[in-house]
Amino acid sequence: MKSSKSSQLMQKYSIFFVLLVMIIVSTMMNPNFLSGRNMTNIAVQLAVATILAYGEMVLIVSGLLDLSSGAVLALAGVLSVSVYKATGNMLLAVAVSIGVAVAFNMINALFVANFAMPAFIVTLATQMAARGLALLYTSGQNILQIGDYAFLGQGKIGPIPIPVIFMVIATIVISYIMNQTKLGRSFYAIGGNEEASIASGINVVKSKYMAFLINGVLVGIAGVLFMARVNAGLPNGAVGYEMEGLTAAIVGGTSFSGGIGTTSGTLIGSFIIGCLNNIMNLQGVDSYIQQVVKGGIIVAAVLYDIRFKNKKAPKVILKKKDEEEKKDDAPKAEAGA
Amino acid sequence: MGSDVKLRVSGIEKSFPGVKALDKVNFEVRKGTVHALCGENGAGKSTLMKIINGIYKPDAGEIFIDEKPVKIQNPIVARSMGIAMIAQELNFIPEMSVEENIFLGRLPVDGMGRVKWGEVRKKTEELLQSEHLPYKATEKLKMLTTSDIQMLEIMKAISNDASIIVMDEPTSSITQKEVELLFKKIDILKAKGCAIVYISHKMDEVFRIADDITVFRDGTVVKSMRAEDTNIDEVIALMVGRRMENVYPKEEIAIGESMLEVEGLKSGQLFEDVSFHVKKGEIVGFAGLVGAGRTEVMRCLFGLDPIDGGTVKVHGKEIQIKRVSDATNAGMVMLSEDRRRYGIIPMRSVKENASLAALEKFFYGGRAHKKEETELVAKYFDKMSVKTPTQDTPIQSLSGGNQQKVLLAKWMMREPEVLILDEPTRGIDVGAKFEIYKLMTETAQAGKAVVMVSSELPELIGMCDRIYVMCEGHIAGELQRSEFSQEAIMMYATGTHSIIQE
Repeated sequence: MKSSKSSQLMQKYSIFFVLLVMIIVSTMMNPNFLSGRNMTNIAVQLAVATILAYGEMVLIVSGLLDLSSGAVLALAGVLSVSVYKATGNMLLAVAVSIGVAVAFNMINALFVANFAMPAFIVTLATQMAARGLALLYTSGQNILQIGDYAFLGQGKIGPIPIPVIFMVIATIVISYIMNQTKLGRSFYAIGGNEEASIASGINVVKSKYMAFLINGVLVGIAGVLFMARVNAGLPNGAVGYEMEGLTAAIVGGTSFSGGIGTTSGTLIGSFIIGCLNNIMNLQGVDSYIQQVVKGGIIVAAVLYDIRFKNKKAPKVILKKKDEEEKKDDAPKAEAGA
Repeated sequence: MGSDVKLRVSGIEKSFPGVKALDKVNFEVRKGTVHALCGENGAGKSTLMKIINGIYKPDAGEIFIDEKPVKIQNPIVARSMGIAMIAQELNFIPEMSVEENIFLGRLPVDGMGRVKWGEVRKKTEELLQSEHLPYKATEKLKMLTTSDIQMLEIMKAISNDASIIVMDEPTSSITQKEVELLFKKIDILKAKGCAIVYISHKMDEVFRIADDITVFRDGTVVKSMRAEDTNIDEVIALMVGRRMENVYPKEEIAIGESMLEVEGLKSGQLFEDVSFHVKKGEIVGFAGLVGAGRTEVMRCLFGLDPIDGGTVKVHGKEIQIKRVSDATNAGMVMLSEDRRRYGIIPMRSVKENASLAALEKFFYGGRAHKKEETELVAKYFDKMSVKTPTQDTPIQSLSGGNQQKVLLAKWMMREPEVLILDEPTRGIDVGAKFEIYKLMTETAQAGKAVVMVSSELPELIGMCDRIYVMCEGHIAGELQRSEFSQEAIMMYATGTHSIIQE
């Protein structure tokens, strides 16, 4: 009993140990790694990807996903930048970014929740549409000279960079939703077994809309932070960022089959990737090799998830199967005679 | 009988977690005969057949073919030994064509590894023609009706040059005409010397074609006999024969006013004109054959499928049911027949599974009250004797009976007025069954209404105050406790008198 408890603890925090080991090894390789400046650097670089990863985590836990977040981020971002250039109203600009991203996510939700289309297909389509609209709107040109808008991506409040503040707030809010609300519980339920959730009285359609809504808000915020940090409205920016988000969520222990995933895990997953990128940059590793390494990390993370984390799984699966077949002995049963 | 025994099993044992499915089973089939297996659901018939077909490995015991001991590791080996199985569940791939399905797993290939499609087509067409099956070799399986598919499955098995053929409920979804065709086919196979194992609940069929009959009960062979030496009554008595008094904790409960009234309920082609009522303190059963519409009625009542007509009243107040929450808010809850599909969230903890239907009890005031959740779950687990290592254990690692009790706890936590149980004891062990019966009695004692859908007649007879019997989407009859008997129920369920009164 005790050993199973401590191994449970190991399982729960093992991903954290992975990060810890990585930080120690990185520091040994390059003492600069642990410097305050480098750490801040990592956090700022990670902010956008982490915020997107939270959206993906919420969706994957619910049995959904979003392939459009990078493209929607770009569209929301360029619209936001141009609204700011036209009005000089920062608040309005942020609202526009969030509004556009939410609108796209509501379209995703409509097709996924009401018309039962697979999220993969729907968000693949909105990805293309959003990217196309972003390029159409800007005629493919970057929007430059964005003025004070850049403060949102580059400024600091006290010693803390603004993107990091947003990341912290997102972490707190998402963690609250997943742990402290009925909605969070329903995400885990619908991703774990949608039909059982319906039969338990969960409003599955509403829950899916809410998952996309949360993702929309996060993508909208990420849009502002991204454009502000690069100091321009880039219609071609953030290509593949949805994959960065997905990767962080998966490395952080989110199960692609739904029903499992945590905010803290995702945060750590994101930091694992961030630290890896950073140390490879510090050591001057070729950027092409970096990609290969990242690919390896994803496979390792998922393999670990399947093999080690669910050490007892094979037994359980076997038992389950036996029982299922046992049950099948009796089903469709006609009465005695 | 000596050398004319084709298949013999001796001392077969098989256990599943928590259940002994087969215990020292001996059984033999003679060449050129049909041997029928009778028994209630879960008696072990299908398990034995799955062992013979190499799907399960026996824990102990031996299998002989032509009096030579054999090891059947998997279905492919079984096939090579001349064993063919017509499964109760149809194993077809809907997106593939008839010919692809027939040759699934045994497509003929040439030296280059290419499939000889010409040969496949020719053989398929020959088979279809000789069996008078009215569809093309290239037709996709999904375009065929269930009865077409079952007929195809039968023909596929027979075409395999099998010498031992197991038929598990082969007539469950084919028409009477096709049944005649099948029986003619069986006669031909018998003449060829095949040994046929025939599993069926339909006594008239069994007595028409069987040479030998073996009755199973609770994983053991009760009796093997020649068909001509026995009769339907004896077989049923052997199948059922158990001490009912001890198994069912039924209590006399004062029956109160009406709790649930259903009038003229209708849903598409599934059922119509379904009217019934359940009173406070009453346990009402729903009997009927598969496909009679019992589960469908309950699903509609619970908001899982759309209702096309009729009224539902709870506490005398009419309610509109469009979704599950409409039903649960009116005080109705339903334990589904399919635990895996409509019950558990497999990877989540037992605690989360248990609290899923009553989340508003734990999430209020803007936050979660997890201590209250843990305490209430513990209280219900205690009441229902749920055995789980911790509340955080994923529900998938519990036994079927414990999973079922967790799901019951989930619904009891809502303190329901009307408790609907659809096949609540299917596939679970005797101990868990008893807990569930006890809970039903307690719920009724508390003045609630209980509805139980079940295919196990002894359980209905043991627990219910009244039983409605459904047949082909209608309520065919209603029986008071004093009128209960398996015969009476089956008479209504099958819509025939002749079989029983033979």
